[in-house]
Amino acid sequence: MIPKAFDYCRPKTLPEAISLLQQHGDAAKILSGGESLIPMMKMRLAQPEYLIDINQISGLEYIKEEDGYLKIGALTREADLEASDLIRSKYPLILDTAFSIADPQVRNLATVGGNLAHGDPANDHPATMLALNAEVVATGPNGERSIPIKEFFVSLFTTALQPNEILTEIRIPAPPAKSGGAYFKLERKVGDFATVGVAAQVAVDAKGVCQQAGIGLTNAGGTPIKAEKAEEFLRGKPLDDGNISQAASLAADDAHPSSDLRGPAEYKISMVRELTKRALTKAVNRASQER
Amino acid sequence: MTTKRAVDITVKVNGKEHFAAVEPRLLLVHFIREHLALTGTHIGCDTTNCGACTVLLDGRAVKSCTLFTVQADGRELRTIEGVGNSSALHPLQEGFKEKHGLQCGFCTPGMIMSACALLEKKPHPTEEDIRWGISGNLCRCTGYQNIVKAVQYAAEKMSASASQA
Repeated sequence: MIPKAFDYCRPKTLPEAISLLQQHGDAAKILSGGESLIPMMKMRLAQPEYLIDINQISGLEYIKEEDGYLKIGALTREADLEASDLIRSKYPLILDTAFSIADPQVRNLATVGGNLAHGDPANDHPATMLALNAEVVATGPNGERSIPIKEFFVSLFTTALQPNEILTEIRIPAPPAKSGGAYFKLERKVGDFATVGVAAQVAVDAKGVCQQAGIGLTNAGGTPIKAEKAEEFLRGKPLDDGNISQAASLAADDAHPSSDLRGPAEYKISMVRELTKRALTKAVNRASQER
Repeated sequence: MTTKRAVDITVKVNGKEHFAAVEPRLLLVHFIREHLALTGTHIGCDTTNCGACTVLLDGRAVKSCTLFTVQADGRELRTIEGVGNSSALHPLQEGFKEKHGLQCGFCTPGMIMSACALLEKKPHPTEEDIRWGISGNLCRCTGYQNIVKAVQYAAEKMSASASQA
């Protein structure tokens, strides 16, 4: 499969990339890891006139804690998340997610920023970032702005990014003590998109009462879904099996998947319920092991 | 815009520098096979699934059907031709031969490149590490059992020769 011909630009700086976006508008696409965009171009579902390769722009690949946030540079590869000691020790939900994405070769190229900016509800990081209440930093001609992740996913393949903006950083509020998270993805085989997936993040107090809860759903509707009714239900309650079950049913109420080759909608809704239970249970276990 | 500009690139493949002017849409796997005539890198699914086109880009395994040639500009590639040859087999190639790690052989170059990247990171992999390392490569003949054994064979041989050195 051969993509439609395009012109290739490789800016060395962010301002240069943004001015190319201003110049070419909708005719241009940003090339990050390319692991979603290139397949779409090969199938001619995407036919940009200009491809702006941002991989030569330095300073966009990092994972660090700063000012009360975990900050991930948009060009950070999935493989770098897997290898990061910081992610391994403190952010199990992000580690689970990185491991579940595609396969080793794809993870060597695919970026966290691209996984979000693509706006695909079948991608895995959106649910995780919804559960973590992340913010997305967009850089454009007038500088940076921060977009709460809840407002980022507008519709299928459409995000709150303006045509002249580039996603440059993901910020995750540092989790309080006794926090834990987990991602469960139902997939037919390694590398497949999720039939459905559920990301859960909780913080508990010394008595095991829920202080914070975040739940995100993968491939359960036209956009990634934040299961807010379930989150609200859990806050202030002990995270026992009964409450987890109730929350799982509330999360399933928020799922609106379509029937397709991965299964009928009612099956997927049942799977959201089950995976929410499992993800919350594992998140609670991990949180109670934390000191 | 009717004409699309060709881009000049320099890429080191198996230790040798190559200069070329390529169309931006030229996929890396086509450059490797058709421009460099290195046909050991295979095209299987052409959809980022099967891993037959796996090569090492700056030491990392990637699927060359899902990368434009221009993205390899200034970088280093290793293909199956750079791994060994018939008079001096790489331990992985020897392992695939000894342990019957192939039947039709179509997936083998990609399997070996993934295994190469794995053994560089983890010289003493567990069986699970190996299965994880080749999880982006599909084989439709062997059921993977003998491929895992082939990689284990290579890991043992390579660590034995490393400890002798």
